[in-house]
Amino acid sequence: MADTTSDPSRRTIERYTPNERTNHWTVAIVFILTALSGLALFHPALYWLSGLLGGGTWTRILHPFLGVLMAICFALLAATMWKFNRMERRDWQWLRQGRDVLNNREANAPEVGRYNGGQKLLFFVFVLCVLGLLLSGLVIWRQYFSLYFSVGVVRAAAVVHAICAFVMICAIVVHIYAAFWVKGSIAAMTRGTVTPGWAWKHHRAWFREKIHATHSRTRSD
Amino acid sequence: MALQSLDIVRRSATTTHPPTVRKAQTGTVAKLIDTTKCIGCKACQVACMEWNDLRDEIGTNVGGYQNPHDLTDQSWTLMRFAEYENPARGGDLEWLIRKDGCMHCADPGCLKACPAPGAIVQYANGIVDFQEENCIGCGYCIAGCPFNIPRISQRDHKAYKCTLCSDRVAVGLEPACIKSCPTGALVWGTKEDMHQHAAERVEDLKSRGFDQAGVYDPPGVGGTHVMYVLHHADQPELYNGLPEDPRISLSTRLWKGVTKPLALAGIALTALAGFFHFIRVGRNETHESDEQAAAQATERARHG
Repeated sequence: MADTTSDPSRRTIERYTPNERTNHWTVAIVFILTALSGLALFHPALYWLSGLLGGGTWTRILHPFLGVLMAICFALLAATMWKFNRMERRDWQWLRQGRDVLNNREANAPEVGRYNGGQKLLFFVFVLCVLGLLLSGLVIWRQYFSLYFSVGVVRAAAVVHAICAFVMICAIVVHIYAAFWVKGSIAAMTRGTVTPGWAWKHHRAWFREKIHATHSRTRSD
Repeated sequence: MALQSLDIVRRSATTTHPPTVRKAQTGTVAKLIDTTKCIGCKACQVACMEWNDLRDEIGTNVGGYQNPHDLTDQSWTLMRFAEYENPARGGDLEWLIRKDGCMHCADPGCLKACPAPGAIVQYANGIVDFQEENCIGCGYCIAGCPFNIPRISQRDHKAYKCTLCSDRVAVGLEPACIKSCPTGALVWGTKEDMHQHAAERVEDLKSRGFDQAGVYDPPGVGGTHVMYVLHHADQPELYNGLPEDPRISLSTRLWKGVTKPLALAGIALTALAGFFHFIRVGRNETHESDEQAAAQATERARHG
């Protein structure tokens, strides 16, 4: 772990391991490719985005494979993050104080564990959307699967796919902005570490767990 | 490339006006299929193969006259045979033969569903034509079609269907199937003329005891440029499932209608909300006081 100072009480805290970061950014890259290529097929005004994957036909060929890859990578990520994202009573209270949080007055809201109520909600939105996208996407994958479904199911799946994609893209926009808004979050996912002050301010309950675990270990050494 | 001599009134996945200076001055065209005159000889199927250079695989006989069994990328038209025992006539057998193929809807579901600009066009004369060089092979046209017509080739993964011989019509010829029909069951002309002719046929059929004879030009898809004369116009489903009231399905209209602008607006608004949150509230930063508080808490934990 990187030390920014010789003062042991100011040592940075690891938030994401190299494996978690790799997993996250794999999902991120594949998501960008599927989202942009999907938008190309969604609205004529965005058809030019099909150039990203080498034209309309290549978009039609590659988009579903990328989608499956994203679902697999996301499933791995979600499996490691699942236990941190269970909604607790304090998360609902935190969400009720959303106005304070949005106006940078989060000190008024309850202490936050590894993830806050907003992040947890977003997590489950992602889980539901990816599941919906995967299932509906398989149904409308003409080359391999559509022939196994009636035309009514294919039509419904196309609508489900569009709606899930819309919700997912909006949720990702929120996710990206929130990462930029709360300074230090992007470094957490690129370099893996946060400062103790960051953890104290934004995820105090998690910070307490961390230092408690660290120091009970050092004491028992 | 679309036929230059035929002007385009609709073009798939295109938000601007297609070239429409030249109008169909003599009216739109229509093919009238008189099922009451059809003898099921399949000359139309052969003529379609010949003109369009199509050769389907030789299939297997399963004990019926219908051959091939279904429309394919190589079979753009198909005589569908139905054996109907008419209860109103004491269970008499009626052999209902319907030449199936693209109906050339005035409001085409395939064109509405297509995401590839210019892969499906509708000419001013009413013909709906696939432009395979623009087709990306997604198969959305199959989901959009109320008549189950388009087929994707397993060789090139492009969608194919009846062109209504747009290449022949463009130079003043009738479609190949029309030319081949030996009984006059297939008639070609302006849609207006075909309606007139059909009305005469219906009158004749009614005088022969077919009280429910009528014309099939379903209004749910804005009418079609391929029309039928049916002995049982009240029960089109008898003719191998010809839909009684075809229309572009609600899910296709949702998917390709309001959803598109609303979703783009929603995504744009979400991004703008983020931007203006940054402008008005600014970033949530960690200050030195937080670092100090954290350091103190760490100290307490260490000595605790």
